[in-house]
Amino acid sequence: MAFMLNSFLVFGQGTITPSWAMYSILGVLILAGLSALVGLTANLIDMEAHKHGVQVSEDGWFTKFLNQFTGETKSSKVHKLNRGFEILINGEVKSSQIVSKPVSRVALKPYTFIGLSPIPKVVVEVGQSVKAGDEVYHDKKHPEIKFTSPVSGEVIEINRGDKRAIADIVILADKDQQYKKFNAPGKDADRAALVSFLVDTGAWTWINERPFDVVPQLSSQPKNIFISTFDTAPLAPDNNLIVAGNEQAFQDGIDVLARLTEGKVYLGLDGSNRGQLSTAFTNAKNADLHYFEGKHPAGNVGVQIHHIAPIKSGEKVWTMRVQDVIALGKLFATGEVRRSAIVAIAGNEVKEPQYVSTFPGASVAELTQGNVTDGKLRYISGDVLSGKQVSVTGFMNEKDDQLTVIEEGDFYEMFGWLMPLSPRPSASGTYPNGLFPKMKFDVNTNTHGEKRAFVVTGQYEEVLPMDIYPQHLFKSILTKDVEMMEGLGINELSEEDVALCEFVCTSKQPLQQLLREGLDYMRTEA
Amino acid sequence: MGLLQFLQRIEPDKKKSPLLHTAYDAFFTFAFTPNTVTKGGVHIRDGMDLKRLMVYVVLALQLCYLFGSYNIGHQHFVAAGQHLGFLDAFHLKLAHGLIKMLPMFIVTHVVGLGMEFLFAAKKGHAVEEGFLVSGALIPLIMPPDLPMWILALSVTFAVILGKEAFGGTGMNIWNIALLARVFVFFAYPTEISGDTCWVSGYDSLAAGSAAEYGWWHTGFFNSIFGSLGWPQFDAAKTVVVDGFSGATPLALAYQGGMEAVNQQYSVGQILWGAIPGSIGETNKPFIILGALFLILTRVASWRIMAGMVLGVGVTGLIFNAWGFNDFMMVPWYYHYILGSFLFAMAFMATDPVTASGTNKGKWIYGFFIGVVGLVVRVMNPAYPEGWMLAILFMNSFAPLIDYFIVQSNIKKRTSRV
Repeated sequence: MAFMLNSFLVFGQGTITPSWAMYSILGVLILAGLSALVGLTANLIDMEAHKHGVQVSEDGWFTKFLNQFTGETKSSKVHKLNRGFEILINGEVKSSQIVSKPVSRVALKPYTFIGLSPIPKVVVEVGQSVKAGDEVYHDKKHPEIKFTSPVSGEVIEINRGDKRAIADIVILADKDQQYKKFNAPGKDADRAALVSFLVDTGAWTWINERPFDVVPQLSSQPKNIFISTFDTAPLAPDNNLIVAGNEQAFQDGIDVLARLTEGKVYLGLDGSNRGQLSTAFTNAKNADLHYFEGKHPAGNVGVQIHHIAPIKSGEKVWTMRVQDVIALGKLFATGEVRRSAIVAIAGNEVKEPQYVSTFPGASVAELTQGNVTDGKLRYISGDVLSGKQVSVTGFMNEKDDQLTVIEEGDFYEMFGWLMPLSPRPSASGTYPNGLFPKMKFDVNTNTHGEKRAFVVTGQYEEVLPMDIYPQHLFKSILTKDVEMMEGLGINELSEEDVALCEFVCTSKQPLQQLLREGLDYMRTEA
Repeated sequence: MGLLQFLQRIEPDKKKSPLLHTAYDAFFTFAFTPNTVTKGGVHIRDGMDLKRLMVYVVLALQLCYLFGSYNIGHQHFVAAGQHLGFLDAFHLKLAHGLIKMLPMFIVTHVVGLGMEFLFAAKKGHAVEEGFLVSGALIPLIMPPDLPMWILALSVTFAVILGKEAFGGTGMNIWNIALLARVFVFFAYPTEISGDTCWVSGYDSLAAGSAAEYGWWHTGFFNSIFGSLGWPQFDAAKTVVVDGFSGATPLALAYQGGMEAVNQQYSVGQILWGAIPGSIGETNKPFIILGALFLILTRVASWRIMAGMVLGVGVTGLIFNAWGFNDFMMVPWYYHYILGSFLFAMAFMATDPVTASGTNKGKWIYGFFIGVVGLVVRVMNPAYPEGWMLAILFMNSFAPLIDYFIVQSNIKKRTSRV
């Protein structure tokens, strides 16, 4: 190499002829001038077109020019996301068989709904029997929005936590489920009738409203409704299996949602060939299909919204999980609240990872009995990135379709920062992980380092496929600068979207917590 | 795990002796990653932390350390016209290099880390790892004969006013290592500019002045070399030869362009670094290896480096076309290997704290360091090299660059209709 470099330098030794350099600079300048001219003209044409009300595509002339070669046009609904990161963890569910596990104990946890006052009004008493669909509690500020029971059975416990806040309401599920009968409105019912039916059955609380991830107000008019049909989070369940056999219910659910918005229902589909897609998704009617190709977090509905129709200031959009859409379809078909939860039990400490069919809010102990290893374990309702820690005696969160069990990492590691004793997932180039892209890891909950101030830049952007500057956003949250937060796109984000940023963060900053603080501040102050 | 239990047993009390506890904590977390577990947010964390990040930069510098130390000795003997072959009298050159290098390294770290520990104890938080890199960089960008007290003073200045005054690691505006150097540069200019400061071990570089050897040379190393029957340090014989100036290639280029440089140094010498200069910046292939290491491990931003290369290329071409004086006529590609461009590019400009934080901003930031640095190098007679000033200058502007990029993002979002 040195020899080549030397000979190159010897070749160029001596002084350079000014004319040659002059020409090259002149050439560059002419090119730059020309492109500026073309750009200016294109802009002027666009402006003129805009004046005359002609729709102009958002792409610049250069992008359009490039698209001619790549064959990519704006009308195709495939979104290719280059940024993201896949964390491969041992203990994924391999069998596509769904084991039926009707647990005996189920809990409702009011605090998992954001924005609810900590002490909701519980309308049932211990010992009382409820049917699936009976109201269990409501928020004191919004008594009209009912939270209903997903199962029939007997209320056996109402547990209180700090400051007498309701921790959970435990129901002993019947062997034979009883459903409360509702009269579903017909196909020609107006929106008000739909809303009041949803509120009565509790299905209104299945809707998630962005920004802020709250249960919508009754007056809320969503701009659009978004459903992500695939989950790219580590060890996430396959929605194609979940929807199998429920294709009609899924379509019915979409039809209902389409009547609730004046905009569209958008479906985000997996474009990465991870497996055969269900026809329920690919042939869905009454919805716009968008394919997303890329690593995690491509399956996050927030990322999909950002690329399909980003939330504008003051707008609200709704999102719903696939399982809730199915339940919604069944509700309208039968008039009964028939919610089941298909849960993937996975993680490196699960002996036999499997799919189980159970009730929402099922008992963790019953789900994992005899199927986890010994030792100190962490049970997570949800995935390892944005799930919530639950105790083994606790319950799943109602809207989670994944139970992850991993090892607690409360041990010291000698020179662990320099020469780790065991392989671990990392997005950083300082580990040779990039050479083994298919390698799966046994993970634990050790922080692998201490919290520090923000030092590294550009790290979050690598794993967040959105046009957002995360680090500047987080700093604006720290300084409580509302205008900045909104301008930098806090309303487009939810914890799950920045979870990967938090994972890769060299400074071990608690980004999800920070984001929620910012969102709460926006929700209450602004 | 006997060591772990021993270390846990000797933990000093935090309230009684905060400084001792801070120092203990720093060394303990160095030896053992703590047993803290995730709480609240993600349940698993990346294996990357700040210690690992900083150490990877230090690792990338190791070849520069090796070569730099040896080259101190080599230049010392070249001035005396002795052992002109690069590998001749290997032991003498290495010994002389280490005698110069090790005290600088030790003083830098004792002063710098001492300061860090003191402030960490005062603020009541853990010692942050920022000084690992600054401490490794500072000796490499100083002239070999710098008096220790000036070095200690400059490190103190950089750490206290450059970093702790702003809130510690991650909060500083200017590059710490360069602040230390710029302090020497403006407070003690004779120690770090001109032709004479780059060759060590002589009082002056006037012909006939003899080498100055201390106890380490004559007492320690000579006794070892003597017992082995090897050549020894001999101050009487090691005198500066007639006509030796100690001028760096840059100084020569300023006087007479590339021709003047080529009269004294071949391109190969400049490339491989057997020339006078700041300790770490002379060997270009080793710096390039370090830079590649940083790029491959994604510790440093390739965007900044590419921006700088581009900036220098464009400015160099413009100067070539302008051709006002001999230095401007130095072909643009030579500017990449002259002086400390590569070292500044790989290790100085890429400091993530002081550089632009946005990816677009990094291109702009790098590009303008290239432009400003070369303008200072070529057009300003007072400063022989431009990178230190250019980087500090652009450090000041990095937040402004980011501001405009972030504002354009905000504007894009708020103007969605």
